[in-house]
Amino acid sequence: MKFDTPAGPNPIDRMKVVGQPHDRVDGPLKVTGTAPYAYERHAVAPGALYGFILGAAIAKGRIAAIDTRRADAAPGVKAVVSYLNAGPLGKGGKNTAKLLAGPEVDHYHQAVAIVVADTFEQARAAARLIDVDYVRGSGAFDLAAAAPTAPLTGGSSKEGSAAPKLDRVGDFESAFAAAPVTLDATYTTPDEAHAMMEPFATIAAWDGDRLTVWTSNQMINWAHEDLAKTLGFAPDKLRVDSPFIGGGFGGKLFLRADAVMAALGAKAAGRPVKVAMTRPMMFNNATHRPATIQRIRLGAERSGKLTAIAHEATSGDLPGGSPETATSQTKLLYAAPNRLIGQRLAVLDLPEGNAMRAPGEASGLMALEIAMDEMAEKLGLDPVEFRIVNDTQVDPEKPGRQFSQRQLVRCLREGAERFGWRARDAQPGRRRDGDTLIGLGVATAFRNNINMKSGARVRLGGDGVVTVETDMTDIGTGSYTVIAQTAAEMMGVGLDRVVVRLGDSDFPTSSGSGGQWGGNSSTSGVYAACVKLREAVAQRLGLDPAACDFADGEVRSGGRGVALTSAARDGELVADDTMTYGTLGKQYQQSTFGAHFVEVGVDAYTGEIRVRRMLAVCAAGRILNPKTARSQVIGAMTMGVGGALMEELVVDTRFGFFVNHDLAGYEVPVHADIPHQEVVFLDEADDKVSPMKAKGVGELGLCGVGAAVANAAYNATGVRIRDYPLTLDKHLDRLPEVGAMRRA
Amino acid sequence: MKAFTYERATSPAAAAAAVAGRPGAKFLAGGTNLLDLMKLEIETPTHLVDVQDLKFDRIDATADGGLRVGAFVSNTALSADPRVMRDYAVLTRAIQAGASGQLRNKATTAGNLLQRTRCPYFYDTNQPCNKRSPGSGCAAIGGYSRQLAVIGTSDQCIATYPGDMAVALRVLDASVETIDPKGAVRTIPLADFHRLPGKSPEIDTVLAPGELITAVTLPRPLGGRHVYRKVRDRASYAFALVSVAAVIQPDGTGRVAFGGVAPRPWRSPAADAALPHGGAAVVAQAFAGAKPTRDNAFKLPLATRTLAAALTPARTA
Amino acid sequence: MECTDGLHLSRRGVLAGGVASVAVAAAPAAEARLASAAPPAMMPVSLEVNGRHHDLRLDPRTTLLDTLRDHLQLTGTKKGCDHGQCGACTVIVNGHRINSCLSLAVQHDRDRITTIEGLGTPDRLHPMQAAFVRHDGFQCGYCTPGQICSAVAVLDEIKAGIPSHVSHDLATPMRPTNTELRERMSGNICRCGAYSNIAEAITEVAGAAA
Repeated sequence: MKFDTPAGPNPIDRMKVVGQPHDRVDGPLKVTGTAPYAYERHAVAPGALYGFILGAAIAKGRIAAIDTRRADAAPGVKAVVSYLNAGPLGKGGKNTAKLLAGPEVDHYHQAVAIVVADTFEQARAAARLIDVDYVRGSGAFDLAAAAPTAPLTGGSSKEGSAAPKLDRVGDFESAFAAAPVTLDATYTTPDEAHAMMEPFATIAAWDGDRLTVWTSNQMINWAHEDLAKTLGFAPDKLRVDSPFIGGGFGGKLFLRADAVMAALGAKAAGRPVKVAMTRPMMFNNATHRPATIQRIRLGAERSGKLTAIAHEATSGDLPGGSPETATSQTKLLYAAPNRLIGQRLAVLDLPEGNAMRAPGEASGLMALEIAMDEMAEKLGLDPVEFRIVNDTQVDPEKPGRQFSQRQLVRCLREGAERFGWRARDAQPGRRRDGDTLIGLGVATAFRNNINMKSGARVRLGGDGVVTVETDMTDIGTGSYTVIAQTAAEMMGVGLDRVVVRLGDSDFPTSSGSGGQWGGNSSTSGVYAACVKLREAVAQRLGLDPAACDFADGEVRSGGRGVALTSAARDGELVADDTMTYGTLGKQYQQSTFGAHFVEVGVDAYTGEIRVRRMLAVCAAGRILNPKTARSQVIGAMTMGVGGALMEELVVDTRFGFFVNHDLAGYEVPVHADIPHQEVVFLDEADDKVSPMKAKGVGELGLCGVGAAVANAAYNATGVRIRDYPLTLDKHLDRLPEVGAMRRA
Repeated sequence: MKAFTYERATSPAAAAAAVAGRPGAKFLAGGTNLLDLMKLEIETPTHLVDVQDLKFDRIDATADGGLRVGAFVSNTALSADPRVMRDYAVLTRAIQAGASGQLRNKATTAGNLLQRTRCPYFYDTNQPCNKRSPGSGCAAIGGYSRQLAVIGTSDQCIATYPGDMAVALRVLDASVETIDPKGAVRTIPLADFHRLPGKSPEIDTVLAPGELITAVTLPRPLGGRHVYRKVRDRASYAFALVSVAAVIQPDGTGRVAFGGVAPRPWRSPAADAALPHGGAAVVAQAFAGAKPTRDNAFKLPLATRTLAAALTPARTA
Repeated sequence: MECTDGLHLSRRGVLAGGVASVAVAAAPAAEARLASAAPPAMMPVSLEVNGRHHDLRLDPRTTLLDTLRDHLQLTGTKKGCDHGQCGACTVIVNGHRINSCLSLAVQHDRDRITTIEGLGTPDRLHPMQAAFVRHDGFQCGYCTPGQICSAVAVLDEIKAGIPSHVSHDLATPMRPTNTELRERMSGNICRCGAYSNIAEAITEVAGAAA
């Protein structure tokens, strides 16, 4: 089915199942520990051996020699595989760095070898017995040092966010020079880690020349394609299965070393092999959100109308890599006739930078939305009003092009009302609660909507059960549940009559989970397959499909109702279809919007910033399940607090690696950091995006949170921090003296 | 993790003898730090002597009005003992500020004293570290040192003692009771228990090989107001940037020790004496001669401000 | 080994190439190479897990976590970090929650262990499990068993009068307030960020139990 004209009324509009806050259908499995994650597939791959991956000890250089004799001779060892005996390997189309080092080493902790042994303990001990001689090469590891000479580079995050290297509208320089009120400030965001709770893990089993990997991956078809390419064999001999995934956030978008090394180890050992990457290795072995340096210039009339916007961002990546597209939202968010976007990419020999939840916008809004706060203060305008004044209903670069739906102003106004924004003192540093300085902050949330083609197969069994099969993944997003709701709505049955099977490359290819497209795109694919199944049902029953209504387990036509089950009495009905998209996405700018409101308390003594209240108001099309969608947003808000206050992969610029490479060193928010969170969804249905009329929320919830926290901290203290994370050392020396300090 | 053999000790003397008699042998109590380090082969014992059956898990009153805390009393049990909560609240507060509920249930009093630094270079066996691999160098000097020590360091090591409990024990003038392989017992004031790195940063404490901690004793209660204030980047489950343990008497005199700033809990008589003159005076005394790095120089003003917070009775938590 | 274009080092050695400012000494001498370790002696361990008795023979290096997951196939207990930094491996041993990753199975001979599988099943959920479903106190589900085991134990710890970092007054009974629950649950990281919902789920159960 091709979606190329705005959706008219359709069965989803009934919202009897879709749009309802159903509990997750996979909930009982997850809360009882019976949902099987990749490393836990004892049943499908009994008797697996254990693999343990050794990572490179240097960031850049080459392997001069590998001596595996001690490891080979260690108890229980069945195989040791390195580049010396792995055979020729290709590189996945979506991998920047190859997944097995040798002889060159491209980054720290790049996989060097796998040891396969009878037990985990044996494999882990033997990996330490591999003697590797490295020749260290020189590398570039310091973004700040490389930035001044980094070339302009356009690019895409591979996850939907894209920005050109240079983009001009009007005459920015003249307008900025002429503007009565200007801001020119530079902001930095650090490298960040996905730090999903389930490590990369795979069980690999060969059957002759056929390979099955039970793995943890967000994009089954990307993993399938790239694993076949890496191993150099035909994709039809490979099966990838990933029904439960312990978080990804973009970290599991791509084929990673666990799958490749498990496959190589299993081949060498002649037995299934299971591998989980150790937590201390994940941070340097895998991808991360790249650090940025962002210069923002704003020029405005005294009324607050922006006349000039420039946003220039620099990031770094390995050779052949792509930029963090931190300027992407600036192309679309605020009106101003004169605009300049610039994007630079330095070559760095750090681990591979790549997509992490809301690539581009997450980092870009951390900077842009502080700049907007600073500019509002210069103009003497309320930050909410300043954003409203500069709202646009058309693409600012192509004024003839409308947004499909844009309710940013309503998000801001409704949020301000609900949050008690009026209580905010525009003069920072004046509101106190005992020894706690209180501040309120706001930021706009913005993330583009992306539609990805997505397929599904739907079966109607003789027992009346509707089974959906698609290689779509559920990474915590609620895919199982919203897909079940979609099929139930379309076929007119209860949720308890729907079975959803996901994550298997033998199923129709879906959108996968990324770029907050998964919910809308995958359910649209299921919609398409259900439309076909409805036709098959009608045909079997001798009815006119166009005149049929599917409800309450019946097919109704012309005042007569037939049990749906009866259509499959003589055999299962199966329909398979893929939703594809026409040019509506070009005709209309499709985006999601929101407003984040945050209250922080800053300890007047120690400078510790803690979040006290949070509210997000989101406008993201139809919400398929308010319960799971809300969870996506609160989770994203939590990640935003981490990015604002604590998360930073610290680069050792001498040795070229992320130093704090475990979960004690890389701090992410804990329970104590997160207060009760409020989320409001505006009642929307966007007929330009899909028959589901839905967009995404999973990334929108993150976009802008960091800046809202930063703006609240400024409002509390009067000290502006432009370098994330906002750790106390960055404002401590500028906080006022307190209490017993004054004595002495 | 390297292979090791394992036994359960049946008496303190036998435990001490078992460790002293075998190169590479170590005691195993809760294991929450030792196993962590063994997985990374930072610790590579060849033999573990599990001391849990020794049942040093009682807290008893001493003749002079203090408490004797068995070496293997869990952190949770120690912090929740009604006598500790009443008379040594700084200890309850310090323990509860550290780690997580799960870790505190497993970690022991003795083991907590012996926990090793969290310096990230110590934790990465590809990096030089004099504490882990004597003579290999110190990657932290000139590297990432935000969490590390500002005083008591040497040109060999700038690692921080990471714990909280010991900072409170230091302010309480606790002492450590041990037994050696010959059955001899000795009492080590906590002030002398942790070593400064000097030229041998690989040695964290004054314990001799095979010397087993049997108890920690607390002198009679000090009275006063007990405060433990820990400053960290996230609100819980994180190591201190700076912590302050203080016992303040109504007349403004008292005692103060700092955590997160040195290779051991940091306290000095001169600093205690300066307490009536305010936080800045205390910090000036306590941190005279400090050698912070660019990354951690903020710890000095932070110590001043944290102490100010601790000294302000009326402040909300 | 010869090297011309950089520093020669081994993975057991130190890294110093091209960094003049870093003082590092030479790599430690190569240890007795090729000296293969003897296979570890297996040790008998008896565990009572979820009411069932198990007699096992284990490599002493085997953690309680890996014993549950790999030897007893109780994979509800998760390995998130294997270093006591995330809480996904939380189980209840003799009534106390611990990180099963930082404990050897041989330390638990004759211990009584409750894992997530021992709390409830999909058809017969424990009240805490049901509350997590109702409040959507999880997303990817990987940290969830640890969160639930912790939550059950936290309510017991509050009843037992164990204080926390945020308990204002050590002399009065502990209460399951939102602040207390959040502090006490902080050893269980949820990267999906379900904290707000988890706190509500536990509050509901605490209210029902109070």
